[in-house]
Amino acid sequence: MNILVDMSGIEKHFPGVHALKSVQFELREGEVHALMGENGAGKSTLMKILSGVYTRDGGSVQVMGQDVDFAGPREAQDAGVGIIHQELSLMNDLTVAQNIFIGREPRNFLGILDEVLLNKNAKDIFEKMNVGMDVGAEVGTMTIAKQQMVEIAKALSYNSKILIMDEPTAALNDTEIQELFRIIDQLKADGVGIVYISHKMDEIKQISDRVTVMRDGEFVGVRDSKDTSIEDIISMMVGRDLELETEQKPDTSDNMTALEVKNLNRGKFVKNVSFSLKKGEILGFAGLMGAGRTEVARVIFGADRLESGEIFIDGEQKFIDTPSKAVEAGIGYLSEDRKHFGLVLGMDVRTNISLASIARFGSSLGILNEAKISKTATDFISKLDIRTPSEKQEVKLLSGGNQQKVVIAKWLLRDCDILIFDEPTRGVDVGAKSEIYKILRDLAASGKAIIVISSELPEILRLSHRIAVMCEGNLTGFLPANSSQEEIMRLATATMQSSNNKNNQISEMSS
Amino acid sequence: MNDTTINSSQLGANSLVERAKRNQHRFWAFSGLIFLVIGFSLASPNFFQTSNIISILQATSVNGVLAIAATLVIITAGIDLSVGTLMTFCAVVAGVLLTNLGLPMYIGIPGALLSGFLAGALSGFFVAKLNIPPFIATLGMMLVYKGLSLAICGGRPIYFNDTEGFVDISTGSIIGHIIPAFPIPNGVLILFLVAIFASFILTRTILGRFIFALGSNEEALRLSGVNTDRWKIVVYSLAGGICAIAGILLASRINSAQPAIGQGYELDAIAAVVIGGTSLSGGKGTMLGTIIGALIISVVANGLRILSVPQEWQIVVTGSIIILAVYADQLRRGKT
Ligand SMILES: Nc1ncnc2c1ncn2[C@@H]1O[C@H](COP(=O)(O)OP(=O)(O)OP(=O)(O)O)[C@@H](O)[C@H]1O
Ligand SMILES: [Mg+2]
Repeated sequence: MNILVDMSGIEKHFPGVHALKSVQFELREGEVHALMGENGAGKSTLMKILSGVYTRDGGSVQVMGQDVDFAGPREAQDAGVGIIHQELSLMNDLTVAQNIFIGREPRNFLGILDEVLLNKNAKDIFEKMNVGMDVGAEVGTMTIAKQQMVEIAKALSYNSKILIMDEPTAALNDTEIQELFRIIDQLKADGVGIVYISHKMDEIKQISDRVTVMRDGEFVGVRDSKDTSIEDIISMMVGRDLELETEQKPDTSDNMTALEVKNLNRGKFVKNVSFSLKKGEILGFAGLMGAGRTEVARVIFGADRLESGEIFIDGEQKFIDTPSKAVEAGIGYLSEDRKHFGLVLGMDVRTNISLASIARFGSSLGILNEAKISKTATDFISKLDIRTPSEKQEVKLLSGGNQQKVVIAKWLLRDCDILIFDEPTRGVDVGAKSEIYKILRDLAASGKAIIVISSELPEILRLSHRIAVMCEGNLTGFLPANSSQEEIMRLATATMQSSNNKNNQISEMSS
Repeated sequence: MNDTTINSSQLGANSLVERAKRNQHRFWAFSGLIFLVIGFSLASPNFFQTSNIISILQATSVNGVLAIAATLVIITAGIDLSVGTLMTFCAVVAGVLLTNLGLPMYIGIPGALLSGFLAGALSGFFVAKLNIPPFIATLGMMLVYKGLSLAICGGRPIYFNDTEGFVDISTGSIIGHIIPAFPIPNGVLILFLVAIFASFILTRTILGRFIFALGSNEEALRLSGVNTDRWKIVVYSLAGGICAIAGILLASRINSAQPAIGQGYELDAIAAVVIGGTSLSGGKGTMLGTIIGALIISVVANGLRILSVPQEWQIVVTGSIIILAVYADQLRRGKT
């Protein structure tokens, strides 16, 4: 078998961070090679070096037997290295097709952009991927999952011999993930070597041939996937064994109602949604992409305006048309899209953590107590184990999972009574995931009412005390915590199977 | 724990390097200023004279104060094109209150400041609540204030001859009174006080934090539960109030409110902001940079005048400096 990539002794320093310490990595033809490690272990950095985004401080890189020293992503692409970055990097105002072929647009004989051919080429790629997509739609109007599909299509369009996928499935649900795996199998058969980064452990067993594990910027080891258990990989990642907690779910049915919503409506994603949430309860929201879960959260939080419907908090009706009113009323919402809606990337960790609670750090004249902000931020940094050289580091320089922890810290600090977490563990490593689950449980135990939206069914099942399922904007039913994945999937596709009895289903299945 | 990745001594050294890097633009702008001063001093013996330096500072005071107002708005990723004519409008208001109505200064001056503040709030309202892009909203208001000023005065200047002490606001020298060797005019003193005040707002207060956040990611700020509309109105109001200060400084210096001037000042102000390293796309900027930028513009104008370069060419040079300054900044960014 040919060796496509051979990296050895790779070194990389950032201000205050020794990100890679003599790391090695090898990729063979036709293999899927999983790259594993905790948040901030250096996975993305290593792959950015391979794809020409960063230059290395030391070590050597061979691509298909040639020593290479890429000056930029363009050179890497020409050498056959393609990458799907962890952070989506599409241009919001351009269409899907324009994004995919940016910088290599087809031109007609007059040298003028050939928009028709452009769209056709894009359509071909999605057809090959077996994914439905409106290639003329503006990317900015699409959900994260769709945008992720566009990134994947863009990477495929280069026909690279080496394809790096940095957490491609963080925003995808099971069906979409299976589609992606089918694409990966096809690529493998064509001899493409794939580097696969993910924090979803079950995927690793399913898709990868070999696993390389990193920890704190160091190479820990490489194994054949079929001879290695998930537990082994985890203990290589975190350097110790991680016990899976089993937790009794409390009965919250007699608790006071914290939030009740009636007949919420907005466009085609929120149709007559009604539910109530008890103090101390964790209500999971399951559903397929485009089911309207995020949209429901956004209207409750006042981020989008309601067309009709009523919201009651502690039994009192509230009119919430802006997020500031929602927060005043005690509702917090952690967005699924941390880059655009969760973080001010150019500002530092401490500012981001304090952003929703800044009044607490100001005097009556609005003068800030910087020492107190730093102290609070440092507390959260150690509590959530956020890997950053200091609380004054710009958030955009943190690894993806650590950025996610910063957003969580922001809402923990704000201390709302009702918390809506939209994909709270996106991009977060296994260990930190358990930490976050524990935090959510503790919050619930202390009487907070919590909604968790997640595209990962195991996460929903593990966390929720009760599960609400949505399909095409309708709330199709509630399930108890011990339901099976099949029962959830049935409700998640309920209105698709029987589109004519849509409306009577919604109202009465609510408990 | 994060034991291996962080090394404290390395961190200390790095944060120094970081800080130097962050301030690099201001460093270059400041070096540019020094370079210009030295160059002009060598070219003409008349340049580095106390009286000339003071006249440069005096000339900077009005544009400097306007540039401070513009900086606040620009960091929020907005723009205020109305600063020049609003300044004039506020001067005219002062004229009406003090000369036409014969009110005392302790009513006339706060009245003029209030008019600037309210005018700014109006622009802020258009931008935040009616979602009119700042460029358009303030372009419209620029013309509105120009027309209003002319209409109120009937096209003629209002003089402040009857208001005792009015000219001293800008040209008197409290410092010179105390230390006769430093006859720094009050206008310059006021410029520096306003700069210190604005800098304090930017770096030490909730408002300042929000000004930067508005310019970096307004939506993330809104979704953090912050009433972004209200804070935007606050920023434009504050900028309007600072324009009024510039209006009073200008009126006091020329002892009159001239309704026809004002337009064009916004470009000098924005030029100073940009030369000082504030990004027009928002989220970045400092008051010190803006003051340096304003000084560079005045030094160039003054130096070229002393060297008898015709006015037309002075304008050409100023334009070129703007482009050079921003290009230098881009070069620096490209390298890192
Ligand atoms: N441009 C940068 N400047 C400074 N530090 C950086 C930069 N990029 C990454 N780092 C730091 O390098 C370390 C490794 O980051 P990297 O993004 O490679 O982690 P990762 O393994 O991909 O983590 P995750 O699973 O969270 O995505 C982190 O501590 C991160 O904060
Ligand atoms: Mg990463």
